[in-house]
Amino acid sequence: MSTPVAAGTLSASSPAASRVRARRWRRRLSALGESAPATVGIVIVLSWVGLALVAPLIAPYPPNANDMTALANTTPSKAHWLGTDQLGRDLLSRILWGARPVLVIAPLAVLGAAALGSLLGLAAGYYGRWVDLTITRACDIVLSFPVIILYMIILAHFGSSAWNIIGVLTLTKAPIIARIVRGMTLDLREREYVAAAKMRGESALYIMLVEILPNARGPLVVDMCLRTGYNVIIIGALGFLGIGLPPPDPDWGGMVKDTYGLMMVWPHMALFPCAAISSLVVGFNLLAVGLRELGLRD
Amino acid sequence: MGRFFVKHLLFLLLTLFVVSFLVFTLNEFSPGAVARKVLGAYATQEQVDLLTKQMGLDRPVLVRYVDYMRALAAGDLGYSARFKLPVRDVIFKHLANTALLAAIAFACIVPLSTVLGVAAGMREASRLDRVILMFSTVIASIPEFALGVFLASVFVVWLGWLPGTATLLAGGGWSVAAQLVLPVTVIVLFDSGYVVSMIRASVVEVMQRPYIRTAVLKGLPFRAVILRHALRNAMLTPVTVIMLQINYLIAGVVVVETVFAYPGFGRMILEAALFKDIALIEAGALVAVFLAVVTNILGDFAYMLLDPRIRA
Repeated sequence: MSTPVAAGTLSASSPAASRVRARRWRRRLSALGESAPATVGIVIVLSWVGLALVAPLIAPYPPNANDMTALANTTPSKAHWLGTDQLGRDLLSRILWGARPVLVIAPLAVLGAAALGSLLGLAAGYYGRWVDLTITRACDIVLSFPVIILYMIILAHFGSSAWNIIGVLTLTKAPIIARIVRGMTLDLREREYVAAAKMRGESALYIMLVEILPNARGPLVVDMCLRTGYNVIIIGALGFLGIGLPPPDPDWGGMVKDTYGLMMVWPHMALFPCAAISSLVVGFNLLAVGLRELGLRD
Repeated sequence: MGRFFVKHLLFLLLTLFVVSFLVFTLNEFSPGAVARKVLGAYATQEQVDLLTKQMGLDRPVLVRYVDYMRALAAGDLGYSARFKLPVRDVIFKHLANTALLAAIAFACIVPLSTVLGVAAGMREASRLDRVILMFSTVIASIPEFALGVFLASVFVVWLGWLPGTATLLAGGGWSVAAQLVLPVTVIVLFDSGYVVSMIRASVVEVMQRPYIRTAVLKGLPFRAVILRHALRNAMLTPVTVIMLQINYLIAGVVVVETVFAYPGFGRMILEAALFKDIALIEAGALVAVFLAVVTNILGDFAYMLLDPRIRA
């Protein structure tokens, strides 16, 4: 509080500013309620986040515990609400625990891609010329590559772990964000407030991060929401292809991979994890549709 | 027109060069792996070292890369350690299978998404629009393997109308046509969800233009406004999107191929990657990138043909 506040900027910690911010957030949340898709989407996503958080408390069994007596009848029963998988592991517990890695990896990879992509896009749009040309070309090359093939080659080669998946998702999604941010930077850098900041003698980094980036966030938020949903699909697909998170810890895609061959006998083993992953992605995509609608309205 | 092709051709060559080099060096992180894979787990280390030397794998990376490029230029793609066949034959066979799948799917996706996209976008926020938008959003949200499992549980497990695998072999008593139904359906549903929303967005935008209002105000029937004025302009942006789907259909359908055990191009690369079959990975990656860039160019070209303003 003792530090002098620069003229024209509101200190983030002052009570007035926090009140304004609280009001703004309340308005945003009530606006979210006006769009039916956004409401449904946020309810689905938050339910999964909640379930993932309390999974250790509410899961009826440890996720990797085998119940050999259940193997006689693996279909849903009183002891196992969703039945068990081919190794006698409780499906409900595995699905609840399986929500955790997905809900950590997908958003982390989106944040990574947003950070890297924003920096690249800002630099390309702000500096122009050879910086722009180099970044745009490099992004074009990554984007022209069919990504799933890239994942297969890289993950099969370096082995699959949560960090490797976050890494490849970040690297392959950053160029898309960079393209969006570059387009907006080209427009925003001509604005008066950017010129004013230049006159004040602010550094290029300050202008890009403080003056330009906040004004480009609208489309970015919608895109990040969509991208989180796509990341969930990709994480599931990688698990299904056998290059996702390593077993035995539950991973929705991996659970389907292990059991879809048994569908003629026990379809429930593959169906429940498929329903889980589909509902989560539907949640993210409905939220994105709703956010876009709200953004277009005002 | 000439400049367009020269520019894109240069980009194609640059991309192929960068990709081939990256894939080649990526595989350098595990020396000896090739010989080990060829000989199997029970070969002694001396045998592995000997084969590594015989295959010339102990030479510096750059030397081998130049060698590889020279062989490539002569049309020699190498020998697949996984399939024990020349890489060219392996790729050709799997690519042909996937092309069959892709062609059928593409022939369904384009008309289906165009009709749905235009129907949704011509009257924004109408009930029809809401229904189509929700449907396409939900369908595009379901991962391909989940869609495959859902459809298979109904049509294979429950009703028994269709086979659960599409190996293209006559065994099992199902015709090839019956085998193709489920994989094609999964691809069409999953991909259409995305394409419909792109076409819809474009139609919505075009419908707000002044020339549409003029056409409505001068008394043209709504049908004519849509068919003669809106459609051509609204298809400009989606044409690129549609061309990009070819890329997805050829390289991206590995998940669907895996669900239905379809012997396609994507699964071939997955197997090659897991087996560390370097010659096949390298050639497969080059083919995939080549197809991707060429469809990209075709997309830009179609865009140019449709839009006289940028024809230069």
